[in-house]
Amino acid sequence: MYRARLFASRHARAYEVIYNATSPVILSTLRVINKITKGKLDRPITWFEKIIKGFLFDCQMCGNCVLSSTGMACPMNCPKTLRNGPCGGVREDGNCEVKPEMKCVWVEAWSGSAKMKDNLAIQEIQFAVNHTHQGSSAWIRLAKENKQII
Amino acid sequence: MDQACKRKQTDNLTMIIPEINNQAYTYRPGELLPELEGHISRGRFERVLRNGDFAVTAELAPPDSTDRNEVFEQAALFDGFVDAINATDGSGANCHMSSVVVCALLSYIGYSPIMQISCRDKNRIAIQGDLLGAGALSICNVLALTGDDVSAGDHPEAKRVFDLDSISLITLIKKIRDEGSFLSGRTITNPPQMFVGTSINPFVPPVESRILQLEKKINAGANFIQTQYCFDMPMLKDFMSKTVDKGLTEKAFFLPGVGALASSRTARWIKNNVPGVHIPDSIFQRLEGAEDQKKEGQKICTELMQEVKEIEGVSGVHIMAYKQEECVAQMVKDSDVLGGRKPWSPKDEY
Repeated sequence: MYRARLFASRHARAYEVIYNATSPVILSTLRVINKITKGKLDRPITWFEKIIKGFLFDCQMCGNCVLSSTGMACPMNCPKTLRNGPCGGVREDGNCEVKPEMKCVWVEAWSGSAKMKDNLAIQEIQFAVNHTHQGSSAWIRLAKENKQII
Repeated sequence: MDQACKRKQTDNLTMIIPEINNQAYTYRPGELLPELEGHISRGRFERVLRNGDFAVTAELAPPDSTDRNEVFEQAALFDGFVDAINATDGSGANCHMSSVVVCALLSYIGYSPIMQISCRDKNRIAIQGDLLGAGALSICNVLALTGDDVSAGDHPEAKRVFDLDSISLITLIKKIRDEGSFLSGRTITNPPQMFVGTSINPFVPPVESRILQLEKKINAGANFIQTQYCFDMPMLKDFMSKTVDKGLTEKAFFLPGVGALASSRTARWIKNNVPGVHIPDSIFQRLEGAEDQKKEGQKICTELMQEVKEIEGVSGVHIMAYKQEECVAQMVKDSDVLGGRKPWSPKDEY
């Protein structure tokens, strides 16, 4: 949802706090669930993630989630799906070159990131999306890989 | 100026392979210069920059034709005034001859082409293939671009690819070059030694974050930067001083982009239709007040070049004179930015 998405980058600091507090819990829970059910609940979990992140961030389920590095603005909503910053076509009012009625995702991302405590994460180079993860749950993948949630 | 603007003929351009010339920047067509320590590529463009000379690059518009002479004729307009020629890759999302082929043709004559790659039309498999092909054709410079969206061009119904973005593309080229392997890890026996460039637009929002974006591009491995059209000099100067403060000019060569506006109507059209071009009101006033708007546009461009040269941290200038390519040589001459230096020209060679 567009308005919820704008809200997220405007309140990126609050989202960061919530994320940092809940992510270890979510991950450990998912690890336990995965151990017990051996992946049988992957589909409902993926569905649940899609609903939640879809509402909050207009998540496109790319399976390569980088929200905490992009000021809580999902880069997959950029028509060019740029993951490392805006293109050179941003309009003077800060709106998108392709969709003039939409705020540039990266204008949102930079302002969101400036509000966050970890405001250097946006400077990390994010290599292009791994398309084999499209439609899968980033949470489950991270839980299985034993990594920090992002 | 008019006389100089007449198109020069290149019919007599022979293809005889000349004796190797020992001058600093010359080489045999289609062959690479000897390896030099501290140099990434074996091309002439990098040598000009590392030599500390003020470099001039110009954009060539690939033809809507299969006639290679159209490419040669356009390139010949720059002879003796331009160090490297950019071949655009479907600029403005419009269909033209492929940039790989234009660069191959130029490289065979001995020019130093800069192959533009836009992420709009090709995925990582196609781009890696093109890079190897370019290496085989002695193309030493590549410019990594995101590319205008398909909706800006004459095929708005096309599928947009954007498998990579410009920073991922720089990362990819650097990996191929330095690690000698594809993204998959498969070995490349003779990796292309590419001098990698990218673009930056210092004039669009969020302006304050553009410097961070530039830093990211340089950290990814960009060796040179060619910017979007710069008509607002105070803004460019401010941007460049921040770049110098961050130490970025130590890590990459900067070539701000300038252009010649044919009239205030053209300028208005560009401002409204070309994404990301910022033209201040003072330019419009100058154009509207002039008797001959085209000449005034060229005069503005000449002055911009001179101003660019004076900015700290700048290594050269990039000229984008779409449909006014025949005037580039005269503008460079008038501006005297080369300071008496004569860039390589095939006419000296053959």
